[in-house]
Amino acid sequence: MLNLLSIITFTPAVAALILALFLRGEDEAAQRNAKWLALVATSATFLISLILLFTFDPQDTGFQHVEEREWILGLNYKLGVDGISVLFVMLTTFLMPITIGACWKVSHRVKEYMIAFLLLETLMIGVFVALDLVLFYLFFEAGLIPMFLIIGIWGGKERIYAAFKFFLYTFIGSVLMLVAMIAMFVDAGTTDIPTLLTHQFSTGPVSLMGWQVVGGMQTLLWLAFFASFAVKMPMWPVHTWLPDAHVQAPTAGSVILAAVLLKMGGYGFLRFSLPMFPVASDLLAPLVLWMSAIAIVYASLVALVQEDMKKLVAYSSVAHMGFVTMGIFAATRQGVDGAIFQMISHGFISGALFLAVGVIYDRMHTRDIEAYGGLVNRMPAYALVFMLFTMANVGLPGTSGFVGEFLTFMAVFQVNTWVALFAAFGVILSAGYALWLYRRVVFGPLIKDSLKNLMDMDRREKAMFAPLVVMTLLLGVYPALVLDLIGPSVAALVTQYDAALVAHEGASMLAQN
Amino acid sequence: MTSADLSIALPEILLAIYAMAALLFGVWFGKDRMTGLLIWATAAVFVLLAGLVALGTAETQPAFGGLMVNDAFARFAKIAILLSGAAVLVMGQDYMQRMKLVPFEYPILVALATVGMMVMVSAGDLITLYMGLELQSLALYVLAAIRRDSLRSTEAGLKYFMLGALASGLLLYGASLVYGYAGTTRFDGIASTIQDGQLSLGVLMGLAFMLAGLAFKVSAVPFHMWTPDVYEGAPTPVTAFFSTAPKVAAMALLARLVHDAFGGAPGDWAQILAFLAVASMFVGAIGALSQRNIKRLMAYSSITHMGFALVGLAAGNAVGVQAMLLYMAIYVAMNIGVFAFILSMRREGRPVTRIDDLHMLSKTQPGAALALLILMFSLAGVPPLVGFWAKYSVLVAAVGAGLVWLAVAGVIASVIGAFYYLRIVYYMYFGEEGQPLDSDIGTVQRGLLVASAAVMVLGVINLFGVDGAAAVAAQALVR
Repeated sequence: MLNLLSIITFTPAVAALILALFLRGEDEAAQRNAKWLALVATSATFLISLILLFTFDPQDTGFQHVEEREWILGLNYKLGVDGISVLFVMLTTFLMPITIGACWKVSHRVKEYMIAFLLLETLMIGVFVALDLVLFYLFFEAGLIPMFLIIGIWGGKERIYAAFKFFLYTFIGSVLMLVAMIAMFVDAGTTDIPTLLTHQFSTGPVSLMGWQVVGGMQTLLWLAFFASFAVKMPMWPVHTWLPDAHVQAPTAGSVILAAVLLKMGGYGFLRFSLPMFPVASDLLAPLVLWMSAIAIVYASLVALVQEDMKKLVAYSSVAHMGFVTMGIFAATRQGVDGAIFQMISHGFISGALFLAVGVIYDRMHTRDIEAYGGLVNRMPAYALVFMLFTMANVGLPGTSGFVGEFLTFMAVFQVNTWVALFAAFGVILSAGYALWLYRRVVFGPLIKDSLKNLMDMDRREKAMFAPLVVMTLLLGVYPALVLDLIGPSVAALVTQYDAALVAHEGASMLAQN
Repeated sequence: MTSADLSIALPEILLAIYAMAALLFGVWFGKDRMTGLLIWATAAVFVLLAGLVALGTAETQPAFGGLMVNDAFARFAKIAILLSGAAVLVMGQDYMQRMKLVPFEYPILVALATVGMMVMVSAGDLITLYMGLELQSLALYVLAAIRRDSLRSTEAGLKYFMLGALASGLLLYGASLVYGYAGTTRFDGIASTIQDGQLSLGVLMGLAFMLAGLAFKVSAVPFHMWTPDVYEGAPTPVTAFFSTAPKVAAMALLARLVHDAFGGAPGDWAQILAFLAVASMFVGAIGALSQRNIKRLMAYSSITHMGFALVGLAAGNAVGVQAMLLYMAIYVAMNIGVFAFILSMRREGRPVTRIDDLHMLSKTQPGAALALLILMFSLAGVPPLVGFWAKYSVLVAAVGAGLVWLAVAGVIASVIGAFYYLRIVYYMYFGEEGQPLDSDIGTVQRGLLVASAAVMVLGVINLFGVDGAAAVAAQALVR
């Protein structure tokens, strides 16, 4: 189908435009219309994206469904997907209807809320399908605007601090990336991503303020991209915006933030850092591996002492993203496969956990773990769902959480055993905080009076969780669904990466002789 | 010969004649009652002249033996100046009337200042340059002090005049040094004295003084001190004018001077411009952080933006000039929208300019708040809004010229700058409820505000072809 990717990308934006132009009024009917329109639009986007999934040929490691048109300032509007990006598009379109469902109870400026989410969906999909450097940057950065507003307008008590912190943190990371992108444009003469993937950026030593930079231009570019993606991921020690943003964001905002926005960092590493700057990646991989290991252990320890459920889940996200960066920079097939798998699975699991927090927050208007206890007595269905995702978060075999962790661990063990050993403590700790959270919230006697009239999940809430439960279990027992799709592209990526390293070593050996 | 020269300078001549005629007309018929009419008439003349300039020849034509030159570069700048002047005039009209501030000289002074600007951007000679600059400046000094009964306005006018006279003096001193050592005031003559990309010491000194004088006019740091006070003190329509057309003119003049006269020695001025750029970006961004008055904030914001435009010039090539022109066009389009809004800020009929007056604007005027939100993100340089493309193009020019450090400094300054633009969004959308502003925005102001915001959003499709025009203009200047 022609222009399939453009249609998928811009369907939500068109819906947002319709909402903005034609929906008037603040009354209940208008609110309901806004929600339904958003739900229909996101569901339609998901259905259209299924066409993409079914027409995608995993054996072809190049870009598919490519669209190209001339744009401004010598740039091209170019879209396309390969095995690495197609699943992220699916993840986004799959989660969006659920997210819209999660904001069904919102009654404050509903129309604007829906518009913000619809625009955000367009921008998120755009990030994954853009094949022009500047177009990618445009989508990547523009997402800040709706997210800033979502946190700032519909967030909790400290929302203003959180919104500013979120915006400025991510902004400073990405503007450095912008300079690097421009430098790449100047060096390679194009912003076309497929061409840049084959371009070799110079590795000759560069002197910067008296320092000799090993790996030269590649290292500098790598660092600039790293500044952006590490903040986005987020990696230790630049993760501090995430707990604030998560805690203050409304439930739907947290879901989207954890499930999709964080993945942009990982996607960026896979699309840019690894294939475009292989020498620098290889050079700096130990740094990233250790940062990841520290993130896993440190964030898990911090999660252990949290009083606020959302904060706990946020820190667990930081820890799980540690597995992703670890897998990516192990730079083997297993590692990259595992990292992508982990990102997809974390999209389902963390999304579901934030939804689960949202379910009881909607009822009790508090996220303090202390305020709960014994929920299983009143909310058996909720307890079941929450348990499933707690276990998946821990990485129980049979759930999707296990596969990603296992693959990344296996890869890192072969590359750097010490990092694997250290990070393994994080797995134990994650079981600690997740199970402890579960025990404190769900088990025990129901003694608090405020909890005695709680109702179990209604049909809407069950409908939100159902697809997530299915996906988590399905990918847990049959990971090939994902791995077959990404496998060939990842294999090509890793092969090219290794070839580039060999070529570089050969060249430097030659230079020495 | 003479008639050909005159036809090249036709737009300037027509505008000057119009200004004289309007002056006579105003004096003859009841003075201030005619202000409204004159404002509209002047704006109409501006638009017509912009059309005349746009439809004119596409060639480069020197006139009066090279004293003036009409090329694509001058045409681009003139169109930007005329259109922004027209927009500023009409959007300030009902504000002036409401404030009972209706001297009929206002539109005439704007017209005279605009003649000066048009001469500036067409200058092919140091004398023409100075003549245009002074015509512009004298009109602007009076404009700043046009509220004679207001202490702030007269203070602003006096301050502007004192510092402006100093800057003109510096410029003139520099020009005389250049003349003394190069032996000519013609730009092409000066250019021909440059050998091996080296300026003689005297010419270099002259260049430094001239740059200092022009830096004052574009309010680049460290010659920016007047900007916040004058912006705050002058009546808002005048501030709006200050922040748009004169900036374009001064920046274009700067580009013309460094490229036409000193283009053979880019090393000598590019460094100075790079320094001015970095200093302006940072001082503007940091200075704006603590501002409580939106006019002062816009003053610091314009300092930052001038810094960015200078980044383009500092690249010292055609790409840089193109980026600078694009930047200025986009900057002017954004500022018109923002000032259209500031002009409409009233509470119980009285104009207000404090930022916290915007509290929860999104509740009382959702449309205006949304437009201002778009403009703020555009000013901050967040994609996909057009303000981003302005920053992007100057960064490309800087990196392309090997000035990576300048680009890095620029983006860091833009992050600092983002904070205060976001603060306005914060007041409008996140703040607590306060006493609302009057919600009856004038039709013209609303129209310009919405148009400006729409341009910022829709520009992502093709930038309305302005980048192509800027490229042609830059090619005409840098050969």
